[in-house]
Amino acid sequence: MDCGDMFRRVLGKTLGFLGYTVQYGCIAHCAFEYIGEFVACSGPSMEPTITSHDVVFSERLSRHLCRIEKGDIVIAKSPFDPHMNICKRVIGLEGDKICTSGPSDVFKTHQYVPKGHVWLEGDNLRNSTDSRSYGPVPYALIRGRVCLKLWPPHNFGALNQSPTGRIVKRSD
Amino acid sequence: MAQQAGAGRRYVRAFVSGFFVAVPVTVTVLDRFAYVARVEGASMQPSLNPEGNVTGSDVVLLNRWSVRNYQVRRGDIVSVLSPKNPQQKIIKRVIALEGDFIKTLGYKNRYLKVPDGHFWIEGDHHGHSLDSNSFGPALRTPWRARCSVKCCVWCSHGVSCQVFGVQTTQMNVVWHIRGFFFFQVSLGLVHGRASHIIWPPNRWQRIEPSIPPERMPLLNWHADATEDEEKD
Repeated sequence: MDCGDMFRRVLGKTLGFLGYTVQYGCIAHCAFEYIGEFVACSGPSMEPTITSHDVVFSERLSRHLCRIEKGDIVIAKSPFDPHMNICKRVIGLEGDKICTSGPSDVFKTHQYVPKGHVWLEGDNLRNSTDSRSYGPVPYALIRGRVCLKLWPPHNFGALNQSPTGRIVKRSD
Repeated sequence: MAQQAGAGRRYVRAFVSGFFVAVPVTVTVLDRFAYVARVEGASMQPSLNPEGNVTGSDVVLLNRWSVRNYQVRRGDIVSVLSPKNPQQKIIKRVIALEGDFIKTLGYKNRYLKVPDGHFWIEGDHHGHSLDSNSFGPALRTPWRARCSVKCCVWCSHGVSCQVFGVQTTQMNVVWHIRGFFFFQVSLGLVHGRASHIIWPPNRWQRIEPSIPPERMPLLNWHADATEDEEKD
């Protein structure tokens, strides 16, 4: 067989391989972008619900369909560094009145969550920088809702409710 | 008969496999590389939509690959996800980046440092009368003669305005404002950089970054790093 034949065969196989790579790469992108992704958490701000080095699964559908609710744990882009992600619980949605003063303060201060924003707080209130320091976070920065803990295996399963009791009750 | 059934099944299989190739590839291209969007409104006149919606809006090509690392330059026209409405995108010009000191426009001139991880965007059209979105029933003091940056509890970003009238319709409060429409937004909200106007054909052009000279930032906090980049 001559060189031209062999060359054409190799070219055909390479193009076919590239085509499959592009196709499966695009399918992977759609899966991670619209279905869910695996996230390894670090930091103490969500203890005891999520501890450092836990791996969780965060689903993207709720965010795209705007179905994030109070009490959900979400992964969001940090407002001060878009390359970093933060993992916090949603305490209030737009329109809710959040009590921003501490439990020991005499004068209670309140803040309303603006339109299109959410109020995020970590479960470990003593050791968490969250909306109490940087204010409400735009909803569009949320990446996904954490629904399942995958690692460590003895803690596999759904996540617990908020231990802090800070979630805003329904306000009318 | 059997041949027709075979041909039908082949068509279905070809269609399904084509579908599973075309849809993910299209979605990936729209998410990662390029996006096409129609510009509505007059806040970017005269750069975009110079005649308003009368003769048809401009359609721009948004380059999503160039903002994948959140790198924007002063003077770019960018589309960002709206902080007020996560399903809406707004298109404005980047005036200042993190660390810049700028003078905000409004009835009270004030100076402001753009925080880390944020950037400052403005519409090109000055003196445009805008209707703000309805702010909801919980507003404490709906009657204000003037408002300024962070004027009402429902704005977390700046709307510099002189309020000319407030009109209530049942549960909604609609603010009529005249003035400049500017935002301080988080870099994580950036969606794409408008690189070309692709429709209507008589407006085909590349969009060049440019800042109106009176809106240049006064100085930059991280002067060493960014000023070197500016000289290109």
